[in-house]
Amino acid sequence: MKNSRRWALRGVVLLYVGVLVGLPVLFLVLKAFSHGLGAFFAEITRPEALSALKLSLEVAAVAVPVNTVIGVGAAILVTRHHFAGKRFLDTIFDVPVAISPVIIGVALVLAYSRIGWFGAPLATWGIRVLFTPLGIALATMAVSLPYVLRSIVPVLLEIGTDQEQAARTLGAGRLRVFWHVTLPSIRWAVMYGVTLTLARTLGEFGAVLVVSGNISGVTQTLPIYIFDSWDQRFDVLGSYAGALVLALMSTLVLAVLALLRRRERKLSVDLA
Amino acid sequence: MSPAPSSWRRWPSRLSLPLLAGGGGALIVSYLSLIVLIPIAALVSHGLSVSVRTNGTGLEFWRWHVSIGLGAFWRAVTAVGARKAIWLSLWLSLSVASINAVMGVAIAWVLVRDRFIGKGLLEASIDLPFALPTIVAGVVLLALYGADSPIHVDLFETWMGLMMALLFVTLPFSVRAVQPVLASLDPEIEAAARTLGAGGVRTFFLVVLPSLWPAVLGGFGLAFARAIGEFGSISLIAGGIGRTTTASNYVYNLTQGFLWNDAASVSTALLLISLFVLISTGVWSRKYQRRTL
Repeated sequence: MKNSRRWALRGVVLLYVGVLVGLPVLFLVLKAFSHGLGAFFAEITRPEALSALKLSLEVAAVAVPVNTVIGVGAAILVTRHHFAGKRFLDTIFDVPVAISPVIIGVALVLAYSRIGWFGAPLATWGIRVLFTPLGIALATMAVSLPYVLRSIVPVLLEIGTDQEQAARTLGAGRLRVFWHVTLPSIRWAVMYGVTLTLARTLGEFGAVLVVSGNISGVTQTLPIYIFDSWDQRFDVLGSYAGALVLALMSTLVLAVLALLRRRERKLSVDLA
Repeated sequence: MSPAPSSWRRWPSRLSLPLLAGGGGALIVSYLSLIVLIPIAALVSHGLSVSVRTNGTGLEFWRWHVSIGLGAFWRAVTAVGARKAIWLSLWLSLSVASINAVMGVAIAWVLVRDRFIGKGLLEASIDLPFALPTIVAGVVLLALYGADSPIHVDLFETWMGLMMALLFVTLPFSVRAVQPVLASLDPEIEAAARTLGAGGVRTFFLVVLPSLWPAVLGGFGLAFARAIGEFGSISLIAGGIGRTTTASNYVYNLTQGFLWNDAASVSTALLLISLFVLISTGVWSRKYQRRTL
């Protein structure tokens, strides 16, 4: 490519990404600290902010393990077994991330809240879904469903079944093969999927907003708190501060993902 | 490694499968039903006003009457607000996916073929919108393009603001779909075209672009699907006026007024659009990429 054209293309690309991503992120940092470090820490240590962070972490502590177990199980099911409806099962996993999160929220309300299908029987058992942490957990589990599965399936397909078969012929039981042969070879992929799931659970907004009812201190996750600060309480600084905290978490997530990708590449070299 | 006999490939399903895999399978299907299938069935059934009645006491299927109230669905979906919101989402998503399809190729090109100091930063900036929670993306854009914009570009409650937010969140899909394919292209083919007298632009359009098409279209589909359902990043910059209410915002506003049945109807329409995109993208990628499952 001619040098002038190369420079022009580079310039256009840097300008586009800079205006779209770089500068806005820079200004988020500037605005969060615009009233000084003290004001920033005062904002992120408000009781509402802390209880929102706590709820976010609690929901993640439920959703991530559940979706990890389900994801690993489903990945082994679709790569190692033959059964009718496999394609369907595989597609269902993608549905929650392919549709608007708001739709997930509405769907959960119409299924499990007082106005929904199972609201009345659930209420007699004392289970409420709308405006409760339970509803938030369900919504979060739905939107973070496919990440573990999608991370593992390519690796499972690539490593094939030779080693598992060898272990079986040597007399290992199914569980033993899973723990000692399958799991060690997919562990980085599992970690990758877990990291993606964690990122999505901590950041989920739309689905949670619909089911949570946005009750300060009770059903506010960190993203809802950021929205509420901006939209309802007009506490712009609180919003910037909370957003910066979540953005730093995402940066950490990105770093872990990059590290795991390097591991995964090394792993595939080892296999070859 | 020697290829295993074909009977071996099916080996796992032959031995003691049913108990363990069957139990695990049942658990997975129950879980999927709980958090995906039942809620979506409830949504569609409310959206289409499906009512099931029985005129007898038995469970025989001919005693059951299933009726669908398409009238309510149609009224909810063609209400002025709903029509405007769906239309806005459609044209915004189409434009955003198109702009990022073009920019995605340019960015992927620079990432693959160009070398300069700070390229790592560009690489990280592409992933950032994917990792950032959507509400954070919204706040990030308002920090620069909001009402108190430090550079005096106020995009609050404008379609330009919505577009910036959608371009932001769909950027990684468009770039990452193209980048690996571009990286796998053999530069010698381009060199051959150049030695045969083709210029740089001609080589790009006649040699490079034809092999990139499937990837570009795949990225277009992903970006479109993401944009049409996007909510978090645009909910703040859209403000509260009808002109910038997208389909997702419209559904959310309905739920705030407790109009759950209308919300279900509009959601059902959106669901159909999204599933159409999901399936056609899937069909597309199966057609052009080797995918083994």
